[in-house]
Amino acid sequence: MTTTPHDDTATANLARTFADYAPSIEGRDIVAIRPRYGLMIDGEERDARDGAVFSTIEPANGEHIAEVAEGAAADVDDAVAAARRAYETVWRDMPGRTRAKYLFRMARLLQDRSREFAVLETIDGGKPIRESRDVDVPLAAAHLFYHAGWADKLEYAVPGMTGRPIGVVGQITPWNFPLLMVAWKIAPALACGNTVVLKPAETTPLTALLLAELAAEAGLPPGVLNVVTGAGATGAALAAHPGVDKVAFTGSTEVGKAIRRATAERGTRLTLELGGKGAHVVFDDAALDQAVEGIVDGIFFNQGHVCCAGSRLLVQEGIADELLDRLRRRIELLRVGDPLDKNTDVGAINSHAQLERIRGFVDEARDDGAQVHQSTRALPGKGFYFPPTIVTGLGGSEAICREEVFGPVLAVQTFRTEAEAVARANATRYGLSAGVWTEKGSRILWMSQRLRAGVVWANSFNRFDPASPFGGLRESGFGREGGRQGLQEYLTLSPVTA
Amino acid sequence: MSDRVEVRKTYKLFIGGAFPRSESARTTAVTAPDGTLLAHVATASRKDVRDAVRAARGAQESWAGRTPYNRGQILYRIAEVLEGRAAQLAGELEAVGVPAAEARADVEAAVDGAVYWAGFADKLEQLVGSVNPVAGPFLNLSSVVPMGVCALACPDTGGVRGVLGLVCPAIMAGNAVVAVAGGPAALVTSTLGEVVATSDVPGGVVNLLTGDHAQLLPWLADHDDVDQIDLSGAPAGIAADLRARTAENLKRASATHGAEDLRTAMAFCEIRTVWHPASI
Repeated sequence: MTTTPHDDTATANLARTFADYAPSIEGRDIVAIRPRYGLMIDGEERDARDGAVFSTIEPANGEHIAEVAEGAAADVDDAVAAARRAYETVWRDMPGRTRAKYLFRMARLLQDRSREFAVLETIDGGKPIRESRDVDVPLAAAHLFYHAGWADKLEYAVPGMTGRPIGVVGQITPWNFPLLMVAWKIAPALACGNTVVLKPAETTPLTALLLAELAAEAGLPPGVLNVVTGAGATGAALAAHPGVDKVAFTGSTEVGKAIRRATAERGTRLTLELGGKGAHVVFDDAALDQAVEGIVDGIFFNQGHVCCAGSRLLVQEGIADELLDRLRRRIELLRVGDPLDKNTDVGAINSHAQLERIRGFVDEARDDGAQVHQSTRALPGKGFYFPPTIVTGLGGSEAICREEVFGPVLAVQTFRTEAEAVARANATRYGLSAGVWTEKGSRILWMSQRLRAGVVWANSFNRFDPASPFGGLRESGFGREGGRQGLQEYLTLSPVTA
Repeated sequence: MSDRVEVRKTYKLFIGGAFPRSESARTTAVTAPDGTLLAHVATASRKDVRDAVRAARGAQESWAGRTPYNRGQILYRIAEVLEGRAAQLAGELEAVGVPAAEARADVEAAVDGAVYWAGFADKLEQLVGSVNPVAGPFLNLSSVVPMGVCALACPDTGGVRGVLGLVCPAIMAGNAVVAVAGGPAALVTSTLGEVVATSDVPGGVVNLLTGDHAQLLPWLADHDDVDQIDLSGAPAGIAADLRARTAENLKRASATHGAEDLRTAMAFCEIRTVWHPASI
């Protein structure tokens, strides 16, 4: 790059030249979207008892996609009863290797229908098709495959312990990775012999419903997987239901706390995967090009709608100017636009409400005197979009440094020593993720032993694998999903007697 | 009655992803219980052992370099293809005198076993490896390493499962194998090459030799480039001699007998420990 860091006009022009492209729009025809979707209870699709429906919206243009049944307490009752029946009559006592076969089938069917799921995910949620195609759907299939393999090996899950299923599990999933989070939830639950009542996020219910259809295609016995769509009240009814033995929730810390209160009375088992304010810590010996890509991926992947997003950047003082300069140049190259365009890097914000929330944080930071740098590329005129944003001039006590924005907004601070980096990174009520960028292996390990985060990525970010336990410390929740440790969240353990 | 003359299959070896006849040009007649000739099956020789070990060695490193998830997917593919070939394989067992129900059960058990090992590939490290709490500022990791090239003595009377019950766990762990079976298992062993060849298993990872254990196993036990020999199907009379032969290069001798459990998985791998400083 011959352009000097101070030649902003030339930089911007050069960036535009590189970023020019012809649209390459993924076809919608592969998925047949129906005008109306029902609840999936006991293997049957049906309306809510009171006939209530809600509308799911396409974030890319703000238009109505389909009507979806809005389940109420009576529907949750039906679903829990169906799950209980299936648990007691079929699933609990089925040999593990037979349960495994159903999950392997589901994994294979999801691979077979991957393109259909990817397109529907992007239409309903607004994430770039490249991400739903290359990340969400393949990872969802991998989670099913991985846990299928555990179903007949549960005697090895926890040494010295025998694991039995818990019973009926209520699972509530978020809108940022609608299908993937459903796979994270149902795969271990079903592998361990539990049955499920699932409440997917109200803004993105369609891929969960398609997955329920796929489960039927795989021959999964009725009642083993039930889906009750709806909003917060539906989820609250599920979490508080006396017939539910365990609740698993992924979503905001505020709702997580409400669910903790709702399950406290009966002592229902609970896992919570909540918000985060992950910090990248970049040392002056880091490979800067690699770090820039990792930081960009860490905060702009999925529009920053990622609980473990690297939403804070802590950079060592000596390289702060150079790193920020590279970052500013890099975000000019990010293509914000139609999520179905295969060139798109940053898609649509999931909802109008979320867009307003992100704007609020950035406006407040600007009003408080912080410097806000945004990509100058034009945004689409219709739909919900927010430009990639870098905020500097922060002390650390501002809301944008402490609260989860859940959008494409990076808050930057600097540090001098390892100890200061640790102190700043840990100055949060959350504890989900962190990133360390340095060429020194010993420094990576020293830092990762001190960062209060459930996941630490070294010289990389946002890596996920079904074999790797994921989850948070502190107000990012408790329990792990994935890996051997994730299984015990779905088992009742008792000591093996000699 | 149709007057069409059926096309019969030539039963050959499976080496390096190809189907050669034996280098020795020897075959063994396989007959039905009533004496009817079924086929002349290739009889592997010392030089076929040499070729098979060379093919296995050449394929092993890149096979071990695949992700466990990918190896699991390929093992699952073996199960899928095997299920589609179930009738053919059961028929080949019936032809040599195995009762129909037993033959069918054998193939089904082999399919289910392949699924079991498919699901083991990305669990092995989590069950056998560890992070070790050494008394110092170090990250100390013990992780799984495959043995390398494994010779597998498959039981002649073990049917399809007798072969795959050894092949699947061995390749699950990242090894390449040279499996030997003969007698009543000769037809299905040869046909299994067609299953493996159409299941995305890279050529050379699985090599199948039909022949005589007493003739072939000593060569494998002596071979310096074989890292392990599983003697599950070795005739009782020669097992002690074969174990003694392994002393020369200290290759591992095991007898897993196709058990579907953690012991079998552990028999096909070693442990490597890495120390890394964690202080600044």
